[in-house]
Amino acid sequence: MSVDIDNVKKIAKLSKISLSENEIEKFLTDLNQIIGWVDQLTEVDTEKVAPTFSSFGAEEGIKKRSDVISDGGYREDVISNAPKSEEGFFLVPKVID
Amino acid sequence: MSNLVTGKTGDWEIVIGIEVHAQIISQSKLFSGSSTSFGSEHNTQVSFVDAGMPGMLPVINSICVEQAVKTGLGLNAKINKFSIFDRKNYFYPDLPQGYQISQFEQPIVGEGKVVIDLEKGVEKEVRIERLHLEQDAGKSMHDQHPSYSYVDLNRSGVALMEIVSMPDMSSAEEAQAYIKKLRNIMKYLQTCDGNMEEGSLRADINVSVRKPGDELGTRCEIKNVNSIKFIGQAIEYEAKRQVDLIEKGGVIKQQTRLFDPKKGQTRSMRSKEEAHDYRYFPDPDLLPLTFTDEFIEGIRKTLPELPDIRRKRLVEDFDLSLYDAGILVSDKETADFFEIASKDSNSKLVCNWIIGELFSTLNKNNKTIQESPVTPENLGKLINLIDDGTITGRIAKDVFEIMIESGDNPVSIVDSNDMRQVSDEGELESIIEKIIQSNPDQVKSLEEKPNLMGWFVGQVMKETQGKANPKSVNELLNKKLLK
Repeated sequence: MSVDIDNVKKIAKLSKISLSENEIEKFLTDLNQIIGWVDQLTEVDTEKVAPTFSSFGAEEGIKKRSDVISDGGYREDVISNAPKSEEGFFLVPKVID
Repeated sequence: MSNLVTGKTGDWEIVIGIEVHAQIISQSKLFSGSSTSFGSEHNTQVSFVDAGMPGMLPVINSICVEQAVKTGLGLNAKINKFSIFDRKNYFYPDLPQGYQISQFEQPIVGEGKVVIDLEKGVEKEVRIERLHLEQDAGKSMHDQHPSYSYVDLNRSGVALMEIVSMPDMSSAEEAQAYIKKLRNIMKYLQTCDGNMEEGSLRADINVSVRKPGDELGTRCEIKNVNSIKFIGQAIEYEAKRQVDLIEKGGVIKQQTRLFDPKKGQTRSMRSKEEAHDYRYFPDPDLLPLTFTDEFIEGIRKTLPELPDIRRKRLVEDFDLSLYDAGILVSDKETADFFEIASKDSNSKLVCNWIIGELFSTLNKNNKTIQESPVTPENLGKLINLIDDGTITGRIAKDVFEIMIESGDNPVSIVDSNDMRQVSDEGELESIIEKIIQSNPDQVKSLEEKPNLMGWFVGQVMKETQGKANPKSVNELLNKKLLK
């Protein structure tokens, strides 16, 4: 399996990353190398192996917390890094469907 | 076969599948400890996890998991003892992480079914494909500023259950009945409050049309439908639009459409036209969700009586018709109201008064049964006053009016307004004597016009302000006038 220039452009677009022509070429090479390596991995017969979803043992199970309000309530901190804010709201370029 | 839409080229069948997003009732969010309460000051219920700050890690809320399992059991669905969380990647300003934590290939709940109630007691089964857990997004406001949108992240990260039906519905009525039933089941389970106005329950409707017996047509997804009424309007509009388009030689494109409640129309969404490519992958921050059978059985034991079972019980215990019981249980609060009101009262009368007088008054004043000025206990007392003959049915309506206005106890209303039924024979007899004596002409015509008897009953009622026992009046009049 391999990717072409159009695939790279599409992935960049979906990821909201702008790439120059040079960078596209570079990523095309990089991605194809990665995919080549994955192709190599798929040669191993994993027919009878369950998929691994985490490098931690799934048998321990997910850690759960109890349902109590223990966070939030610091609006100024939350919006302090926003490029633009007003009256405690984040301001973003207008998006309307 | 009333479900068919008639076009120029013949009949068309509508095929509907629904995705419901139901907000889980919990104190805190799915993966963070911020509050979920509705209507708070914007951005005050936001933790660094909800704001998508780098390095923050999600920790799952155990109650949200239990609520999803409980809902699954209420939908007669298969609970998956192993499920995983995936990242659904897309960019939108109200999604600060850049992805939504959701479940894609292995959801927490699998196939189930819901029985919906249609007109004339007809039932239909709608299959559930799956139910999965996911995070809600924040909220954007577009009308506050000419060139910017405001973003409030209070809702960001609140737990949702996405419930996906199979395409088993074929009319607006069926889709509405499905949403009503789903909402009702979740209200009984206390897993979602079902409030569509506040957005706790939102529906995306998939609509396609086909000639009967054909393969499924291309579907359009209608978003933003936030009331049962709008669901009906959106489906009817959309089905007609598709039929018209195909009959004019056009082709339906799979797309996302918005419902505009002001125009009663659906229109294509501009921005989401780009092919959905969410690049799902398992979220490396979260381990798989696993359950034991004991855990599932423990939740099964906490299940309350669900509407279909309650309906059967009301029929058996209170001697109601299946139809009346269906109306009562279709809203949990109504059924609760009924059971309290009929605790020590004639249940059939209570049921008639709820479905009749109470509903029409509440509708007129745009109130829910929880806001009823008449308490269930007081309605029960009113029924007892009718049942034991203290007041006539006619006077009961007047008492009810006063109860609606004042919220007072019917017993004190009857006492303070002197509304007790007059059954005392002596008293009634003297009233009747007086009427007979002052209306000799009517008495004379009675032989030719037996209908005039009604006029005499009316006179007695008028004289007693409706308080005369109708049965005694009839008996006495018959005795005096029909020799």
